Amino acid sequence: MSLLEIENLRVTFPTPKGNIDVVRGISFNLDRERLGIVGESGSGKSMTGRAILKLIRAPGRVSADTFRFDGIDLRNQSEKAMRSIRGARISMVMQDPKFSLNPVMTVGEQIAEALQTHKRLPRREIRNRVHTMLEAVRIADPERVATLYPHEISGGMGQRVMIAMMLIPEPDLLIADEPTSALDVSVQAQVLDIIDEQVKRKGMGLIFISHDLNLVSSYCDRILVMNSGTIVEECNAGDLRNATHPYTRGLIAAIPQLNETRDELPVLDRSTWVAK
Amino acid sequence: MAFESETLADIATKSVKRRSFRKSRSARLLLGLSGFIVSVLLTFLGLLAITFFIGRVVPIDPVLAVVGDRAPRAVYEAARIQMGLDQPAPIQFIRYVQSILSGDLGTSVSTGKLVLDDLKRVFPATLEMATLGIIIGVLLGVPMGVYAASRRGSLVDQIIRVVGLLGYAVPAFWLGLVGLAVFYARLKWVAGPGRLDIFYDGLVQPVTGIVLIDSLLAGETEIFVNALWHLALPASVLGFFSLAYIARMTRSFMLDQLSQEYVTTARVKGVSERLVIWRHAFRPILVPLITVIGLSYAGLLEGSVMIETIFSWPGIGNYLTVALLNADMSAVLGATLVIGAVFIAINKLSDVLYRVLDPRAR
Amino acid sequence: MANVRSWLIDDSPSSRLQARLGRAYRISGALSRNPLAAIGAVIILILILTAIFAPWIATHDPLKQDLTQRLLRPSGINWMGTDELGRDIWSRVVYGARITLVIVVLVAVLAAPAGLVIGAVAGYFGGWIDRILMGITDIFLSMPKLILALALVAALGPGIENAIIAIAITSWPGYARIARAETLTFKNSEFIAAIRLQGASSLRVILGHVLPLCTSSMIVRVTLDMAGIILTAAGLGFIGLGAQPPLPEWGAMIARGRSFILDQWWVATMPGFAIIIVSLGFCFLGDGLRDVLDPKSGEQR
Ligand SMILES: Nc1ncnc2c1ncn2[C@@H]1O[C@H](COP(=O)(O)OP(=O)(O)OP(=O)(O)O)[C@@H](O)[C@H]1O
Ligand SMILES: [Mg+2]
Repeated sequence: MSLLEIENLRVTFPTPKGNIDVVRGISFNLDRERLGIVGESGSGKSMTGRAILKLIRAPGRVSADTFRFDGIDLRNQSEKAMRSIRGARISMVMQDPKFSLNPVMTVGEQIAEALQTHKRLPRREIRNRVHTMLEAVRIADPERVATLYPHEISGGMGQRVMIAMMLIPEPDLLIADEPTSALDVSVQAQVLDIIDEQVKRKGMGLIFISHDLNLVSSYCDRILVMNSGTIVEECNAGDLRNATHPYTRGLIAAIPQLNETRDELPVLDRSTWVAK
Repeated sequence: MAFESETLADIATKSVKRRSFRKSRSARLLLGLSGFIVSVLLTFLGLLAITFFIGRVVPIDPVLAVVGDRAPRAVYEAARIQMGLDQPAPIQFIRYVQSILSGDLGTSVSTGKLVLDDLKRVFPATLEMATLGIIIGVLLGVPMGVYAASRRGSLVDQIIRVVGLLGYAVPAFWLGLVGLAVFYARLKWVAGPGRLDIFYDGLVQPVTGIVLIDSLLAGETEIFVNALWHLALPASVLGFFSLAYIARMTRSFMLDQLSQEYVTTARVKGVSERLVIWRHAFRPILVPLITVIGLSYAGLLEGSVMIETIFSWPGIGNYLTVALLNADMSAVLGATLVIGAVFIAINKLSDVLYRVLDPRAR
Repeated sequence: MANVRSWLIDDSPSSRLQARLGRAYRISGALSRNPLAAIGAVIILILILTAIFAPWIATHDPLKQDLTQRLLRPSGINWMGTDELGRDIWSRVVYGARITLVIVVLVAVLAAPAGLVIGAVAGYFGGWIDRILMGITDIFLSMPKLILALALVAALGPGIENAIIAIAITSWPGYARIARAETLTFKNSEFIAAIRLQGASSLRVILGHVLPLCTSSMIVRVTLDMAGIILTAAGLGFIGLGAQPPLPEWGAMIARGRSFILDQWWVATMPGFAIIIVSLGFCFLGDGLRDVLDPKSGEQR
């Protein structure tokens, strides 16, 4: 049994001009592995992540034929049941820490909350675990940083705080929405290692959402390529070079190479796949 | 009645301005403090300029306005010299500011007493009523606004929205009258006009001038209950306007908060809906809410002018109304100054609180 | 029909006329989908029609006294009863619509352009002009409006004209703030720069390009302020400083009914309903207009 089984997942928003599907019937399975989702901006990556947590805001709607997490049918879970799953079992690193961290709560309070929501622990223990977690995401001075407000830390620190917050309850499935986009390469590698360790040690499943095709193909086991709400390509990371879909080929071609010989990078030619 | 002069847009621009204000912490504090004091002083000076203008420039004959049109010639001339009207306007203004600062607000022609003494006597009554009103407004308005926002679009939300708009549409004096007719005359739930029943009048020694406190100080619980009985209706009328405004603002602040990403983050963590609302959405609006409550409180002091005559409430509003009808300009301007000064003070105080309490503004 | 509609909602209109009509179409469409706004628009329309056709709608002469008909209950003849001088309250309320309409229109005509110009000038020129103008505006904004209006009327003398002037004097600062904020948002935009490059004078830029851009947020604000203006005017009338007898002004009518509130409740109550309905109408309409014209400001006001 897979950790996550999804068949024909749809996210629909009503608009004055009729309903629009921002995720249009995608299907995939996830085991305790690292799955990468790539695609251009607006292709529905974040919406897919939120749909898994059933956190699409009204008036948006989620529907699916199969929608199972660890054998639980998420479709008919009550809000209350979903709350006990969120955070504890599935959690999600939100895309932009500037907007996703509460501006009037300290970083430490917000991380501790992720822990306290699902477990009763003595205060000391919570503090220690928050500090350990902050250290784990390579924050140098955890005691001080824990007392800071989000506007007092940098964007990269914000991303690491976010990761700490979502890893601390040790979920079974982590959805990471561009978790490392503001980090420099060395810190990025370290932070990815921490996530990786949880995958290996605890058997956590990971959905890694990113723009960065290179990063995803080297870090993940499998890759989904999304375009305007559909999955256009699904392959093992190693096979990405042999991708067949014109959109994926276009994306790959647009990556600059170290030994670049082209004068100009090609522009995506949408006509090849939009037409069909 | 719209009991507030500053709008949300103004509050919002202020907070934005503040956030973009970046310098070292101590320099910022110092600069902020001195700028703040200057702005307070300028505002008070502006208030004085406006009352000066209203008192000396607008009336065709300010002397007549002060002494009344039946005054004999000699009195008139004496008043003219005494008011310094033979001097040029800037000198007159400086003299005016000096006399106000020394506490001289002139003499009321209707009571024959010093305006300052009159105001000291009547102000506590208004303060008592407005304070009870704002307490009602906050205790009911905030939960109503939060509830409406958390159930957006529901029937209860619609009702709360209409109540909020009614606060802008119902004349306070009319609500007071209807309230008296219904709750006092018909239902007998509350006591009638006045601060106390006549046979309790003058039984407690005024210490603070606030009957609720004075009666407790004197240990007269019976009088306390009677005062509360009399306060109930006028304070509820004021409370209605403040709850309408506060509920409306709370709702709109909360709707804005609930659409923020960090509220979703809290939900991702599995935080209960109660905590999502109160800890994540409500806490960030506490600071702007304080500003709103301050504005509403100041608005109630102002709004009491409209209802005090109806409830025969011996406060500053009643005093002002009587003065207005008798064209008693010293009393009118004195009352305007006092209400204006309190209004500005509350306004600026909520401003300071904003800066002190908001972690983003620190 | 479908063609007309698609022409109207075209995303890239080919003429100014098409753009304007399209905008009007979208606004009226959005308003009619918002039930409260539609109710508000209907109320205001009824107010205007009542004011225009008052002589036909009223059943009696609003000023004619008849002491034999004093303080009658509402009935088939006197729909809202009669007052202490035997005048028909319904007819007085109908004629009162004229006074109310005149007051709000005059205040809007006096205060909004004044605030608009002050705000636009402050925002456009910036620097010390801005600081002085906005300093004055801020001082006025932190004053209690109602008290200021009362004191002004006391100095000017009671009467409806003075009430209008006093309310206008206390209303402009809000508009100045909005106009300045709007001006600042597009002061440095490309198209203003382009107009300046063509050699347009400051006056022309402000009058021809900056002010028109402020109008939609001004309309919203003025509509929302109408309720406050009506209440202030009624309050002045109630205290006895506004419209003078025998004018059938709603606030003054409530004041006269005060002494009879316990037994002849209709004398004071009826004009109050008129005030509430009209004020609510402006609030509903303003709310709806804001959602359509000024979505940025959301619920806030
Ligand atoms: N409330 C909404 N109503 C209608 N459409 C929406 C709404 N929210 C998002 N969308 C649309 O959903 C689509 C997918 O958005 P999503 O955030 O999933 O993109 P993304 O792939 O994560 O992009 P990025 O890489 O920029 O984060 C977008 O085209 C967006 O316009
Ligand atoms: Mg995204």
